[in-house]
Amino acid sequence: MKDLKSQASKSTTPGKGGLTPEIQSRIGHQLRAMYDDVVRQGVPDRFAELIKKLDAPGGASQVETDGGSNDNNNGRD
Amino acid sequence: MPLTDSLRDDILAAVPSLRAFAISLSGNADRADDLVQETLLRALANIDSFQPGSNLPAWLFTILRNLFRSDYRKRRREVEDAEGNYAKTLKTQPSQNAHLEFEEFRGALEKLPQDQREALILVGASGFSYEDAASICGCAVGTIKSRVNRARSKLAALLYVDGAEDFGPDETVRAVIGGSGG
Repeated sequence: MKDLKSQASKSTTPGKGGLTPEIQSRIGHQLRAMYDDVVRQGVPDRFAELIKKLDAPGGASQVETDGGSNDNNNGRD
Repeated sequence: MPLTDSLRDDILAAVPSLRAFAISLSGNADRADDLVQETLLRALANIDSFQPGSNLPAWLFTILRNLFRSDYRKRRREVEDAEGNYAKTLKTQPSQNAHLEFEEFRGALEKLPQDQREALILVGASGFSYEDAASICGCAVGTIKSRVNRARSKLAALLYVDGAEDFGPDETVRAVIGGSGG
């Protein structure tokens, strides 16, 4: 029986983790395609408006988080 | 630092990639937008703790990731609602073939452990350095590297089964059917 694996990798050299550069780049390509599909949608109105509201004096109080006032988790803990 | 106009613009500019990150993490567009909204509110409420000149996207991603983590733990106990509507909620519908491949890829991504998935997305899609990704995830750079490598290997195993595409469609179809039929 033929060794299918060695046949498959004949033209390419396995890279990190035994992946061929071809498969690595394919994964990277699909990942970015999926991601960029969302990025291209730009900024939805709800977020533009949310941030704009904070321009107005006292704007911050209009958009308080639900019960989040004593939660200081700012992501740097 | 105070919320200046330019800082506000920078936050707004980060929104598209925050959404992409949130969708990649949660697999659900509605939930992702709620996560982004909460991230923005947290960021603005805590803007004083942002260090001027430091990496704003990394700071925002850190907030979103932490929110997702706590949200995820909460929701796991709740109903398993009709999720997996990610593709349906996208505004741009990929063509049929691309769509299938896309669905397959997304499905494989969801099978990865959360640690590996977020590391792969941050480095492979968001374009963060290993160092920034490590700081976002609160772990060592070496840990991020090994998570990214494991994520890639697992995706390759799930999707390409040792380069199955080289054997022609029959092998690929059989592998797919064999993997999901039951």
